[in-house]
Parts: sequence; C-alpha cells; structure tokens
Amino acid sequence: MRLEFEVNGVATSVETHPAQRLLDVLREECRLTGTKEGCGEGECGACTVLIDDLPVMSCLVPACQAAGRRLTTIEGLGAPDGALHPMQAAFAREGAAQCGICTPGMILAAVAWARDRGSAADAGEALAGNLCRCTGYTRIFAAVAAALDASGNADRGAAR
Amino acid sequence: MIGTSPTRTDGMAKVTGRALYVDDLRFEGLLHGKTVRSTVARGRLRGITYRPGVPWSEFVVVTAQDVPGVNTVTLIESDQPYLAEREIRHVAEPVVLLAHPDNGLVEKAARLVELDVEELAPVFTLDQSRAAAARGEAQYGDDNVFKRFRIARGDAAAALARADVVVEGTYETGAQEQLYIEPQGVVAIASPEGVTVWGSLQCPYYVHKALAPLLGLPPEKVRVIQAVTGGGFGGKEEYPNVIAGHAALLSWKAGGRPVKLVYDRLEDMWATTKRHPARTTIRSGFTRDGRLLGLHIEIEMDGGAYVTLTPVVLSRGTLHAGGAYRCDDVTIESRALLTNSPPYGAFRGFGAPQTIFAIETHLEQAARRLGIDPVLLRRKNFLRAGDVLPFGQRLTEDPGLERLLDDALAALGPKPAGPSGEGARIGRGVSTFFHGSGFTGSGEVKLASVAALELLEDGRVRVLAASTDIGQGTTTVFAQIVADRLGLALEDVEVAQPDTHFVPDSGPTVASRTAMVVGGLLAGCAADLESAVGAGDRRGFRQAARAHHAAGGKTRFERRYEPPPGVRWDDDTYTGDAYAAYAWSAHAVEVAIDPLTLQAEVRDFVAAQEVGRVLHPTLAAGQIEGGVAQGIGWALYEDVVLENGVMKNHQLTNYILPTAAEAIPIRVLFHEQPYAHGPGGAKGIGELPMDGPAPAIGAAIADALGVVVTRIPFLPERLLASLDAAERADAAR
Repeated sequence: MRLEFEVNGVATSVETHPAQRLLDVLREECRLTGTKEGCGEGECGACTVLIDDLPVMSCLVPACQAAGRRLTTIEGLGAPDGALHPMQAAFAREGAAQCGICTPGMILAAVAWARDRGSAADAGEALAGNLCRCTGYTRIFAAVAAALDASGNADRGAAR
Repeated sequence: MIGTSPTRTDGMAKVTGRALYVDDLRFEGLLHGKTVRSTVARGRLRGITYRPGVPWSEFVVVTAQDVPGVNTVTLIESDQPYLAEREIRHVAEPVVLLAHPDNGLVEKAARLVELDVEELAPVFTLDQSRAAAARGEAQYGDDNVFKRFRIARGDAAAALARADVVVEGTYETGAQEQLYIEPQGVVAIASPEGVTVWGSLQCPYYVHKALAPLLGLPPEKVRVIQAVTGGGFGGKEEYPNVIAGHAALLSWKAGGRPVKLVYDRLEDMWATTKRHPARTTIRSGFTRDGRLLGLHIEIEMDGGAYVTLTPVVLSRGTLHAGGAYRCDDVTIESRALLTNSPPYGAFRGFGAPQTIFAIETHLEQAARRLGIDPVLLRRKNFLRAGDVLPFGQRLTEDPGLERLLDDALAALGPKPAGPSGEGARIGRGVSTFFHGSGFTGSGEVKLASVAALELLEDGRVRVLAASTDIGQGTTTVFAQIVADRLGLALEDVEVAQPDTHFVPDSGPTVASRTAMVVGGLLAGCAADLESAVGAGDRRGFRQAARAHHAAGGKTRFERRYEPPPGVRWDDDTYTGDAYAAYAWSAHAVEVAIDPLTLQAEVRDFVAAQEVGRVLHPTLAAGQIEGGVAQGIGWALYEDVVLENGVMKNHQLTNYILPTAAEAIPIRVLFHEQPYAHGPGGAKGIGELPMDGPAPAIGAAIADALGVVVTRIPFLPERLLASLDAAERADAAR
C-alpha cells in the first residue's frame, strides 16, 4: 500500500505492506535508525516513538496504523536549529545514557509523560515499559527530574 | 580534569539518535544471515536435508565442509567448532549458515533445514556430569572436568578440629543472562583478499585473533572495527568470535558480498553465553566469640559444553571465595564441569559474585549459630593491613572495611520499628567484599597490552587503543586522563574508534582493567609526549606541539604494560599477588517482604566503596548503580529456567528484569584512597558492584523472615519452601 504520514514535521509517503512493522518502515524506508529494536515483542521499549504525542512501541504497530498520523522519532525531538530538547540535554548531562541503545525510546517515553503528567503516577511508572540494563534507572530519574525543572513543566507542544 | 564530570563525549550522539550501532550501518548488496541450530542436546550429525519451499539456488549455504581454515573458535583451548561437523554437544549448537538478500525469506528457509541427528545421552547437571564420567562416559578428558584449582594455606582441617563451633552450608546460584538491550550483531565482508568485520563487541583483538585461523588468512588481512555497542556486561567478550566467524564464512562463500548477522532477542537468549551456575559448600570453624579459625571451601561451576573462558572464570571465583575476612587456615578446592548446555561465559564479576554470595551467606548462618549479630561477626574478622589472602598475597594497605561499613549503615539510618504500614516485613542486611582489578594472576604480564598517543598536526592528541566503550564511558575517561596530564581541554583529545587496522592491542575490555591498566598506559604515553614537546598551559602546549609536529618530531608515543614493582604471581603453585590492586566495598540494604505473596522488594540501597581516586564521579556512580541493579535482578527476579540444557524462558516476557517501576534510587558513596600505580590514582570499578547485592539482600531477607535462604533468585516460592522447612525443623526439635 501507499502509506502517507508526517514524521518529524515532514510529510512522508512510502510503499509498504500494511502489516509491516512501523519500526521497519521508520528504519528501512525513512532511514531513521535512531529508533532501535531490542526485543521485537513489545517488552523493552527501545523502539518507542510518538504517534500524535502518545508513546507506542513501533515493533508492535502495523504500518497502516500510521496513515495520516503525526509521528515523532528521536531525530525530530530537538528544535529545527539543532538545539536539544530539554529532556535530551538532561539525559546527556546527568549521565542517563550509558550504552545508549535504550536512550531514544526512553527519552521519548519521558517526553510523553512530561507532556501528560496524568498518564502515570511517577517517572518509575511512566518508564516501566522501557528497559535499561546499564544505569539501574537512578540517573534516568535524575535526568527526568532535571528536565521537568528546566522546562518548568511547560513542555507541551515544544518538541516538534 | 580528573575528578570532574564533563558530559560524556558520546552523549550528544546517543541522545539524538545519531550514534550508529551495527544494525544501523548501510551496505550495498547486503545479504541477511541466519544460523540453523541443533534442537538435540547431544548426538551425532548424520545428514542435513533442505526441504522444498524456498528457491534454494538463490541462497548462500555454509556447513562445516565450507570452512577454508580451521573450524574451531580461538579461545583458551579452542575446542568449540564454529559449525558442528559430526558431534553435537548442546541444543542451539550452530550447524548450518544461510544468507539471502531477503530477510523474511532467510527466516523461512531456516525452518526448512532438517538436521538428522542420532541422539546420545546428555548430562545437564553437575551430578549427572560426574556420574557419567564415573561410568566411563566422559565427553571431556576422562572426568568431564574442564579445570580445577586448589589453594591450601595453613591447616584448615586442624583449625576446624580445634574450633568451638563448626558451621557447614551449601550455596547455589543460577545462570544469569547479560541482557544487553542491543542483541549480538556483526556485518562481515570476507574473501581471500581479506576480511573486515564491523560488530557490537568488547574485544576487537579477540575477534581478530579468531578470524585469521578460521579463514586461513595472515593477521594483516584481518580487520575488526567496533561499532557503537549497546551494552556488553561480558556477553560480548567472547561470543562475538562466534558470530563474526559465521558472518565471515557466509561472506566468503558469497564471494565477498557483505553479510549481516543480527540475532533477534529469542535467539540471543537461547543460544549465547550466560553466567556460570555454581554450587559452593563451605565448612568453617569459629571460636565461641566469633573469631574465624578455619575455612574449607569447595566450589563447583557448570561450564556448559565447551571450555571457552571457563578456566579463568573459575580462577577468579576461587580467588575471591574466602571473602573479605582474615583466616590463616584455608583450603579452597574448585572444579568446573562439562554439561550439555550452551557454553557459559563472561558476565560482569566473572565467577566472583557466585563465591562471594556463598561466603557472605555462610557468615549469616554462622552468626545465627554463634548468637552474634551478623554485622558484628563481619567486623570481628575483617581483613586489615598486613593480613595475607588465602593465595599468599599480603595486604600492604588497610582496606578500610570498617569505615565503608560504618558509612553504608549510617546512610541507611535507624531501622524502622516493626512492620511497615502495609504490613510488609522489613529486613536489613549488609555484605562486605573486594574485587581484584585487572586480569588474574600473570594475565596482565602475558597480555603485555600496548596503547599509544598520536600527536596531530593541529597540536591536538589522538588516543589509540583497542579498548571499547560499551556504555561505561571509556572514551570519556581516556580523554580525561590524557587531557589532565597535558593540561588540555577535553575536546583537544580525540579517541580513535577501535579498528584493528589503526589501534594497537590494548587488551580486551574486561576484568575492571580498562581505566586502571589501559588508562595507566595512556597516562604514561602522555608523560612521554609532554617530555618530548615540553610542558605548558593549554595554549602553550598546543603551540609547542604544532611546532614539534611541523619540525618532523616524533608523533607517536607508545607504552607497553609493565607490572607495578613487587607484584609477582606463580602459575605453577597458584600463589602470589593475584591482582595488582583490589577495590573494596560494603553494601547495606533494606527489603520489604509482602506477607501474603512473599515477594521481596528493595526499599533502600547504599553502596559504599573504595576504588582509588574517582576519575569521573558521574560515570563512576553510573557504574555502581548499574551493577547494583544487575545484582538486585540476579537476587530477586532473574531465573534462567533450563530445559534440555537450554534456556526455556528465553524472552523478555518471562525472564524478568528490574524495571523503572520497582527501581529505587541507589545511593553511592566513594572513599577515595589514591592508588599509587593507577592513572590519577584510580583502580578498577566495573565488576565490583555486581558482587554485593545478592548476599546483602539475602541477609536482609534473613533478618525479616528469620531464615537464611541459600539459593538465588529469592523467588517467593523459594522463600516459602525455606520458611516451611524451618517450621518443620522447629516442630521436630
């Protein structure tokens, strides 16, 4: 099928099978390799992207569900001038990224929660679907807290 | 510069998604590889059938017959074939390799390959392995024993005979999956002209050394490049030799087309290495007031089906088995046995977490027998300056265990009285331990690692080393060490990508050795460079360096490892200075146990440690926090269930890792006692935090429930069984 959607603010059209994993469409067709595959079964969260600001695991989403939607991957999170999103800056500064393979998905899940704090009771619950094997989460929590402070919680819509 | 926490040099690339991992690299004409593996644990391969259903003529197919060189994986004994030829020794053993441009088709084809195997009786446990050998059915040597060690200092039997109290116990630890979030993966281009491999790996020169004999190529035609690597924890120490060899064999047969082999999670967990399961029996003798007189320790580890790295894992486990306690009459005997499981391998801690769990849990039992507080019992027996370790190494400096333990307990604060508001049972526990920095025994001397600095035309400096950044922050810390010495800014020092064409062999990235040993070489190179160019401030150095470069002065400064003065190890007697330096630590933990489900959870965790000078506080704390979390996982959740010798729960759905939901902020305290022979005073750090959590959590559970549980993970059903057994024992009394 011909699939049309917006990714990181860019109108995009690709030819793909409707049941192709969104993860593969992003990585192979759009060449957005910042989205990672860790398990392929929706357990690790490394492939997290935002569809209309909601975090999804792109390994479980058939491509057809992206039709007409607005997608954000890690490559599109910063400002157009290249400035980092506050969550990205906080992850780098606080040492929340070690090996970095969970980082794109973790940052997107954290950004989604920062925009909708009612979606989870705390950062631990918000990030429970994103596994990190390096950090023990201590520095990830610190980064999320720092980013919330930095943006004064006024993050809504800033990350396009 | 040293002792500060600049943002890690690869941080920007990692938070923006620009860091390129192996699966992100693009190659023209790429073929996707797939490994066909045995589903039988032990047998003889009689034939291979390729059933119809795919256009087989389009496929690259490789079996043992296609290996151009030697079909064994280069490691200690090189007994493991890349592809089984006749003998099958474990489920998941590789037999056939396939490649095709269409990834979906290659998956389908793999299911159409039928292996005809005549089954033989396998052994899956230590007891089965020993019994089979006794019947004359050994699969390795005449006893199935891959390796054994014996340490005897003083007279343990006599010490136990004169002790007031003798305590005996057996302690078991299961396998553990490294679970780096990026699975194993490589891309290879191979032909008689040469081979190049890009991979997710810890040790480029291990792979380099393995590929040359496999393909029958001279070393100079082998090139190994590390891609950004998504975690290793030991899991990418030796296994990349296998997967790189497989991809290279496929590319070779395909006439040099690039072949990608990236495992999916199921294959990765099913087929690759894990922590060695272990069983340790300890008999100890104490005076009535709790002085440790004698120790008799027997260690058995399950090595899996091939030798791989098992002898050195066993060695590190053996050397750490006596714990952080003074004892002059000690016997330690250890063996690793063959079973028909996939080979067990390197995992952070490398044998030490298993034996430290045993000695620490044993002290908990001893304390209860003696009627002495377990924290006090530890204090009574701590190693101090001048004491001698079981293998004969004298401690020249005081480890400061008292202070570490004091600080960890003080940070934890007073214990809440009674159960928590939710009725959970609260327990507190500690562990105290050490971890040797660097390769064991004469390992560093034999490795003779080399690292170098290159002076660039613009007066900046490039680090040349094969040591990999797998998340721990190697590139940042190397740049810091060099910049610190030369008075440069961090951005004046670049760290070359580990590529065996350009970097010398600075040894494998393992054994808590990279910052201390390789960082030490680089500090030496920087000193040589400084004497050649002249010291100065940043501008002064760069100016002088540009002039030196322009005048055709020496631009490459190389150092080779020399042991610190006085450090000696004797391989024949297995005695001496096993490690040039030790890191010391005390963990203190509070757990809460749900009274209905018996699920234990960690409520607070303090890790205090002495690792020499802390080079980069943020990265160092990150190492401790991450290691502790892996230790908590091993203690409470991570249960590798074996069926037919192989992992049955090989997916993230039912192999349970700690998640953010139950994670608590781990509190990290450093005591800095600069080490005279480390760069800037640093010792090793990476493995240390893996050693303490399991026994400390076990001690806290014992405090909460009144029973010492001797086997991890501490699953609710195991706690229930221990409580029931204790009740039955009480009733029978």
